[in-house]
Amino acid sequence: MKKSVFFGALAATTVLAGSAFAGTLDDVKARGELICGVNIGLTGFGAPDAAGAYKGFDVDLCKALAAAVVGDAAKVKYVPTTGETRFTALASGEVDVLIRNSTWSFQRDTDLKFDFVAVNYYDGQGFMVKKDLGVSSAKELDGATVCIQTGTTTELNLADFFKANNITYTPVNVADDSEALRQFDSGACDAYTTDASGLAASRASMAVPADNIILPEIISKEPLGPVVRHGDNNWGDIVRWTYFALLEAEEKNITKANIDQVASSTTDPEVKRLLGVGDDDLGAMMGLDKEWAKRAIAASGNYGEIFEANIGTSTPIGLARGLNALWTQGGLQYAPPFR
Amino acid sequence: MTLATEPPKAHFRLGMLINDTRYRSYTIQIIVLILFLLGVAWLANNTIENLAAKDKDINFGFLWNRTGYDIGQHLIPYSNDSTHFRAALVGLLNTLVVALVGCILSTILGVIIGVLRLSNNWLVARLMTVYIEIFRNVPLLLWIIVVFVVFSETRPSPIDFRVTEAMTTAGEKPAASMMFFDSVAITNRGTNIPAPLLSRPLPTIEVGPISLNLTLIAILAVIAGSVYANRVLLRRAAATQEATGFRPTTWWKSTLILAVPFILLMFALGLHWEYPVLTGKIAKLVNFKGGITIAHSFTALTVALTLYYASVIAETVRAGIQAISRGQPEAAYALGLRPSRTMNLVILPQALRVIIPPLISQYLSLTKDTSLGIAVSYLDLRGTLGGITLNQTGRELECMTLMMLIYLIISLIISAVMNAYNASVKLKER
Repeated sequence: MKKSVFFGALAATTVLAGSAFAGTLDDVKARGELICGVNIGLTGFGAPDAAGAYKGFDVDLCKALAAAVVGDAAKVKYVPTTGETRFTALASGEVDVLIRNSTWSFQRDTDLKFDFVAVNYYDGQGFMVKKDLGVSSAKELDGATVCIQTGTTTELNLADFFKANNITYTPVNVADDSEALRQFDSGACDAYTTDASGLAASRASMAVPADNIILPEIISKEPLGPVVRHGDNNWGDIVRWTYFALLEAEEKNITKANIDQVASSTTDPEVKRLLGVGDDDLGAMMGLDKEWAKRAIAASGNYGEIFEANIGTSTPIGLARGLNALWTQGGLQYAPPFR
Repeated sequence: MTLATEPPKAHFRLGMLINDTRYRSYTIQIIVLILFLLGVAWLANNTIENLAAKDKDINFGFLWNRTGYDIGQHLIPYSNDSTHFRAALVGLLNTLVVALVGCILSTILGVIIGVLRLSNNWLVARLMTVYIEIFRNVPLLLWIIVVFVVFSETRPSPIDFRVTEAMTTAGEKPAASMMFFDSVAITNRGTNIPAPLLSRPLPTIEVGPISLNLTLIAILAVIAGSVYANRVLLRRAAATQEATGFRPTTWWKSTLILAVPFILLMFALGLHWEYPVLTGKIAKLVNFKGGITIAHSFTALTVALTLYYASVIAETVRAGIQAISRGQPEAAYALGLRPSRTMNLVILPQALRVIIPPLISQYLSLTKDTSLGIAVSYLDLRGTLGGITLNQTGRELECMTLMMLIYLIISLIISAVMNAYNASVKLKER
């Protein structure tokens, strides 16, 4: 009798362990909290403020997702991850979704068994140097010592760039952004390379930002976006369309401030579908309620508002929209139709 | 007629497996073994199920793919076109070189401190106690970071070493200058030392898959030959001493035997030094080129490991020396031996028997602790195979398994070698 109980338990745990990743949506709902993998500290994108609360461009997407799924933008548990630990954290199920300026690449999408569901920031890799170094182009960096975060695509781009230009460099491998900045600041490396947005964010957090310049070369394509595990398509859909809802909201001029007014007065059928005030119930198609997108937009505003509040030109980071403008304004951000 | 009754025939019943002390221990052992095997099987099964659920397999093929990343410190030729296997090998050598240097330096320092701690000089003994207590009682990781930050924050930038024409005419001196006749420069990036170069090296021949570096083989052969010749000399001297009571002077013969063949070989191979010099195509982009650059991550790791383990080894040495009964040194003094000879001839040989076994475990710990180099981004085995390779390929299970196996093998080898040494110095009972 005891034996059969033991084997029964054994079989049950094995089955449980085997299917633990199938229903992320059910897990999140049951838990009542979204577990979001974020950057351990990159100003503007995902970093704890003085009170220890996470803030940033990526973090706001976590909040919107939590609002859509759990119903409360505050019900998020942030798990700080480094470049080295992020994918293991996602693959092992430690986090539900990774929104941590991670580059969409072929190998990560296929071999690492992840799904990049959208691109929330179109980026490229750049170099930052001290102004008094007198270098004006990355091609002049022959013989330079370069600080580089390990476990990133930038590490591979760096090697390719120097090889393609037939110049040499000495890599100084560092674990995260803050260590890279400390070494760069103390002069232990001539240049620091990472995504241009990350460079802008790092530069803004330095003592005298104006003493450092970001070189004009962008040496790679770095589409950054939220990542989920392979195999749970419904969860991937929810993350993807939550993001698209924020884009659509910007396109339709729905903001955090006017969302209630728009919801009650709009006559646009697409906006009605989006905000769940018409007859169509889009949320039910992916296991959510009717007003999921309304809550997501109300959490931190639409894409444009999130951008301006965290990394836009009015912030110390001061990034222009550039490629990340809506397609209607010459950018690449484009949401498929909500129908 | 005998009163003794026949012992009852041992009819084996199932209950005896538990009730009979003759069988009980076997029963328990077998049950525990089965449970243990079931546990292992469950772990293995769980791993396979979970990998299958994530659509992953166990495959070591990634080891032969191109890495695409660079490693600052590599003892064998390596570029970003090399394979992940090569990168792992580079990392392994980086681990071993830190472990080896750390073991040697910490042993030397540890023995000196351990002996000095027992000194009759009150000040020296107390200073050594303070050293030991400070280093032994602060986590090693903190020492590694402290040493690293001290090097990278306090040393001048390469640009400070530069002498411009304007400075020469104005008679100014640069903010920093090189040491040892302009041959060594410690910057905030690393330590630049001269590199030995050979102008007439022997060729490298390929024997099947293995490439033999004849230069290295020649150097090793000459060193081995010299050491062997020296041992023959010393043995003869000992024999003469046994026979006549008079030991012939050997120090200059030893020096000649050890040094001359090596120097001659170096002349034959055309040894010269390449000194680090300041370069930079652009006025401001100044770096040291040429020579060997030792990154501060290596220096910090080695220095911290040495200082920390020296304090631990010092305690081991002190314990070993104090384990020798007072009568031994007193007898040696009574025979008129000086303190230093008493230490070398009487105390240390006996103390070694007590010292070696704990020393083995210190060496093992030191080797494993090299993986703390992660704190200063030292690219050892953990940094390459268990760090960047793991991350770029996403093969966590394979990389971790390989890494654990390699550390296990290194530890077993150290253990075996030290046990063999222990067997050679331990008390021979005949």
